Amino acid sequence: MNEPSPVVDVRGLVKHHGEGQGRVRAVDAVDLEVPQGQTLAVMGPSGCGKSTLLHLLGGLERPTGGEVRLAGRRIDTLGEPALARLRRRSVGFVFQAFHLVEELSAAENVELPALLAGCSRREARRRAGLLLERVGLADRARHLPSRLSGGQRQRVAIARALANDPLIVLADEPTGNLDTAATLEVLRIFEELRSAGQTLVIVTHDERVAATADRLISMRDGMFVDDTRLAGAGAGPVPEAGTGTGWLGGLIGLEG
Amino acid sequence: MQDAVLAMLAKEPAHGYNLRARLQRSLGPLGGSMNPGQIYVTLARLEKAGLVVCERADGLPERPDRKVYALTPAGQQRVAAWLAEVGWPKPDLAEFHLKLAAAAAARLADPVELVAAQRRELLRRLREVQRAALDEPAGPGAGLLLEGVVLRLQADLRWLAACERAWSANDDDEAEDA
Repeated sequence: MNEPSPVVDVRGLVKHHGEGQGRVRAVDAVDLEVPQGQTLAVMGPSGCGKSTLLHLLGGLERPTGGEVRLAGRRIDTLGEPALARLRRRSVGFVFQAFHLVEELSAAENVELPALLAGCSRREARRRAGLLLERVGLADRARHLPSRLSGGQRQRVAIARALANDPLIVLADEPTGNLDTAATLEVLRIFEELRSAGQTLVIVTHDERVAATADRLISMRDGMFVDDTRLAGAGAGPVPEAGTGTGWLGGLIGLEG
Repeated sequence: MQDAVLAMLAKEPAHGYNLRARLQRSLGPLGGSMNPGQIYVTLARLEKAGLVVCERADGLPERPDRKVYALTPAGQQRVAAWLAEVGWPKPDLAEFHLKLAAAAAARLADPVELVAAQRRELLRRLREVQRAALDEPAGPGAGLLLEGVVLRLQADLRWLAACERAWSANDDDEAEDA
């Protein structure tokens, strides 16, 4: 048996924006492997190239140099129709501004990717129902996005990202427009995806989101400046929450 | 914590086990390290200080957890004083700040590396608290306390980011001077 390919395998990735004097190296010679089931957070100041990196991983932009493989398949050399097909079928995107179709109900928004991928209407509807249930919005299926809160819209967007059972979910500042309660709802869903083995890459400014990932990469000027394991192999001993033996349990002493 | 135990007795006298249950409900996962005997140790100290009195409940078997504790007038005064207090824990960042300065001055360690190691430790703590917070319902319960711990850790992480920027820029300046 061969080792399974990592879901993301990137070598020498470079992306330049602009020309001549104004040329910016948004991503500057980056190598990255993301194994199946890992939740990776990418943090860094505005303009550090983290969103560009996400776009390159999902085939929304093409690199200036280097190679991008998804589940072993090279995607940076694909023609436009094949790349569009790959984006629809194998990648789930979640954006800060939700990007729902305002004229369609929550359920219809979630059905859309399955229909575009050639699924039958009946099957798309069945799947959308299950996914809305998974994000806790079964009772909002017929609502238009304008009747949903920000947190609910983002949960619809996450359900939509999962519509074609993607290899990877790519989220760009998914909690950027959300208050604390809605952020926790989104984090709970990410946690559920993580337990289900979904591979997830999240670009974020929010330390709370980053800290719940398995791994955190810090980017500056298009390069990785830190790569930290927060859980899993190489993370060191991390006590589970609520056991009373970790840092949290020792935070409050009755004496004093 | 003694003050909190006293204040819980302000409404009505209570058994030790009842106080412990109320504390644990309010603290949630943060109360995880409280052992069952601790509340009785605290109550014994308060009794010795004359702030509570202990009575055995009438007609109940002779067992320590059948003791009912009540505030004395001195205890009531202490509770009032505690409620009026506006003290607040001080942020304790000076030590780490001085560590960076000392490490750089004596070339003992790279301040940027020290910041990175500290940041990883705080991220692991934030992870622990945030994951605990995901299990708590919204409202004024233990989740609210966890939210406070999360916000403090976030503030500390932002300060570490500022430390990292400043000491990296300092490195660049020195490289140019050399």
